[in-house]
Amino acid sequence: MRPSETTSVLSGYRVIELSSERCALAGKLLADMGAEVVVVEPPGGCTTRTWEPFAHDRPDKENGLHWWHYNTSKKSVVLDLDNEAEISKFRSLVLSADVVIEAEPLGRLDGLSADWKQLSRQNPELIWVSVTHHGRDGEDPPSTDLTLLAEGGPVWSCGYDDHVIPPVRGGGNQGFHTACHYAVPSILAALIWREGSGTGQLIDVSMLGSLNATTEFATLWWLNEGRQVERQTGRHAHPTPTEWTQIECADGRWFNTGVPPRTRDEFQALRDWIEELGLVENCSAYEILKLGDQFERIGILELDEDPLAAEVFQSGREAIEFLGQRLPAHELFIGLQERGMACGVVYTPEEMIHDPHFVERGFPHSIYYEHLDASYEHPGAPYRFMKTPWAAERAPYLGEHQALLDDLSS
Amino acid sequence: MNKTPPQALENIRICDFTGQLAGAGATKILAAFGAEIIRVEDPVNKGKWDILRGVPPWVGEARGLEAGGAFNNHNSGKLGITLNLRDERAREMLRDLVRVSDAVTENFAAGVMDRLGFGYKDLCQIREDIIYVSNNGFGATGPYSSYKSWGPIAQAMSGLTHTSGLPGLPPAGWGYSFMDHTGGYYMATAILMALLHRRRSGEGQWVDLACIEAAGTLNGVASLDAEVNGRGMRRADMPNSNRSQSPLMSPHGIWPALGEDEWVAIAVRNDRDWEKLTRVAQQSWAYEERWKTVRSRVDNEAELERLIGEWTCCHDKRELSQLLVAAGVPAAPVLKPQERIEADDRTDGLWVNVEHSQIGPSKVEGLPISMSETPWSLESGAPCLGEHNQYVFGELLGRSERELETLFEEGVI
Repeated sequence: MRPSETTSVLSGYRVIELSSERCALAGKLLADMGAEVVVVEPPGGCTTRTWEPFAHDRPDKENGLHWWHYNTSKKSVVLDLDNEAEISKFRSLVLSADVVIEAEPLGRLDGLSADWKQLSRQNPELIWVSVTHHGRDGEDPPSTDLTLLAEGGPVWSCGYDDHVIPPVRGGGNQGFHTACHYAVPSILAALIWREGSGTGQLIDVSMLGSLNATTEFATLWWLNEGRQVERQTGRHAHPTPTEWTQIECADGRWFNTGVPPRTRDEFQALRDWIEELGLVENCSAYEILKLGDQFERIGILELDEDPLAAEVFQSGREAIEFLGQRLPAHELFIGLQERGMACGVVYTPEEMIHDPHFVERGFPHSIYYEHLDASYEHPGAPYRFMKTPWAAERAPYLGEHQALLDDLSS
Repeated sequence: MNKTPPQALENIRICDFTGQLAGAGATKILAAFGAEIIRVEDPVNKGKWDILRGVPPWVGEARGLEAGGAFNNHNSGKLGITLNLRDERAREMLRDLVRVSDAVTENFAAGVMDRLGFGYKDLCQIREDIIYVSNNGFGATGPYSSYKSWGPIAQAMSGLTHTSGLPGLPPAGWGYSFMDHTGGYYMATAILMALLHRRRSGEGQWVDLACIEAAGTLNGVASLDAEVNGRGMRRADMPNSNRSQSPLMSPHGIWPALGEDEWVAIAVRNDRDWEKLTRVAQQSWAYEERWKTVRSRVDNEAELERLIGEWTCCHDKRELSQLLVAAGVPAAPVLKPQERIEADDRTDGLWVNVEHSQIGPSKVEGLPISMSETPWSLESGAPCLGEHNQYVFGELLGRSERELETLFEEGVI
């Protein structure tokens, strides 16, 4: 490790990432916190550079929005690992590094004598992370984000009440993301341990296992009671049917009703709001809401045991649905949250970034692209470190940092 | 002689106020890496701030505040203490605990720790280099900072719900709190980064984690397509998250298989995969010229999806997946909980047995990783309310047994 020059959390650490859609997020998370992440691309560039969509729909290896998002703050070098001279440079690069992240086909690097097995002997401080289908000693079936989410568990829980409709894969490459979300804490734990021990190690992250460990109640109901959850529209899969939590508002936007009102204060606040809006006459739930005065808080057990409690509880849900039919989603959100009730608008990703709250917090993060002479807002920091801020820079052009290799050989 | 392997975070101690999954899931990962996690709960409301205490699914035949299966899962490997912070004596003991802790972690609503008198500035008065990681939906600042959230709300507000569904239907969203899991992953990452920074620089700090912002980073390509190309997600035929727009793949989706509610996922990555699929399918329509390139398959995708479904629906999901995988085409059965937990030997090491001091043995989720030098480990179930008061207040903080008896009798612990 080189001496720390700045106040970034990970400054001074060098990470070598073999370019792959499977582990790109892990490298990004480290790079945006100050590690020098060198992404090694094959001649012609990483395949993900060719994936659409492209900026302004102009296909070009520097215009891929997938590349732009997943490779912020990294450096790019091009190496042909099938060429003996270049594999030697790769080995030198690894020997200069603190961490390697790879998701290569099993056995490929070993066959090139450029695996953990060989290189850790020369660099005992090296931390090597393999992102694998289900382990370095397992098999390596052809797979994608979709197939991993299907056999890993999440897909079973996602979809619609009507089971004639196929279950749904959650959008946005969350299968690969989840493996990276386990890879990064593991790397950090290994770095902390290395600070004291001086010893690196091999970390094997199973993509299939990562998804199995990220299904919440599907696993918990099975492990504990041997019961199977069933998918439901827009809400938790559950062993038995549960009530809706998603409504369509007056502006056509969907809305998550969150945790329904349960307390006297919440029932009162709903009544007050309906009165303020002059909608008492139209709201059939209004009269029953008044009975909410009798309950300081309605617990889950009371819903089964006390018919009045159940009726009052239901009236709270109906009142929110009633308001949603008359108000745009954002107005319903502000109105309920200001009155202490948890809920949310079903935003698109771009709507979230431009919501005034997240704008005020500085979440949108502008990055300048010289070749287009333009700046674009990216999603910003996932966390705010008060003394060592997150920062993302433009993803590298292909081979932009090739000179790094010259430094190694000199 | 067998030697217990070292653990990556041995000698790290966390004073932990987290609960539910978004917070407790984070410190569980640290516990598995060997950190000493001391979970602080309120004896007055019997720790019920964490709504997962004492709700189903139950661990075995047990019932009550110690028997929540989710609570047991998310808190295995931790210690538990009780402190009634309304009492100055408890507040003094908390100060003592902070003095010997590396980090304080919580996922209350924003401002709660300040109101308790243990916000970041207060904590720094106690220990200058303390690390403080707060985790809530909207973050500690901004117009919505007082608003409440949980996983499904974070998913809704961030775009994750909208981008999970099929065209012409309401959002399917995530059928569970994906962002409670993932918020926990980001919180664990934040704590570890802050610990590493302090190890190298001696400097502590506050990390303000807003779960919705963490979630807002997880749809980067869609965000950029809207920003750069003006192509937002509210457009015809979108979202369709069973298809693949980036990279463009077709066919790509989930189709019915033989049996009730049985499904198979297939991803044809390119034209070579398509040729392989046609050889497996041996359907006359599959050889038609119009399916040979990805562009022409995308142009007629609805019809192609119908034809694929008519073919898959009379095949066993596993057998069909195996045939496709053997031919080199990504495919997988949609596995049900029992199938992946009990009948998939590829996940054997993930489900671990822990010992709960009241309930006895139970199974929880482990970590999906292996580390060659510092393997993770989870041995105990979730702590009972105040189970480790004796160890923490007595051995660690030096309070006498008699003093602890008095504090217990007077409702301080």
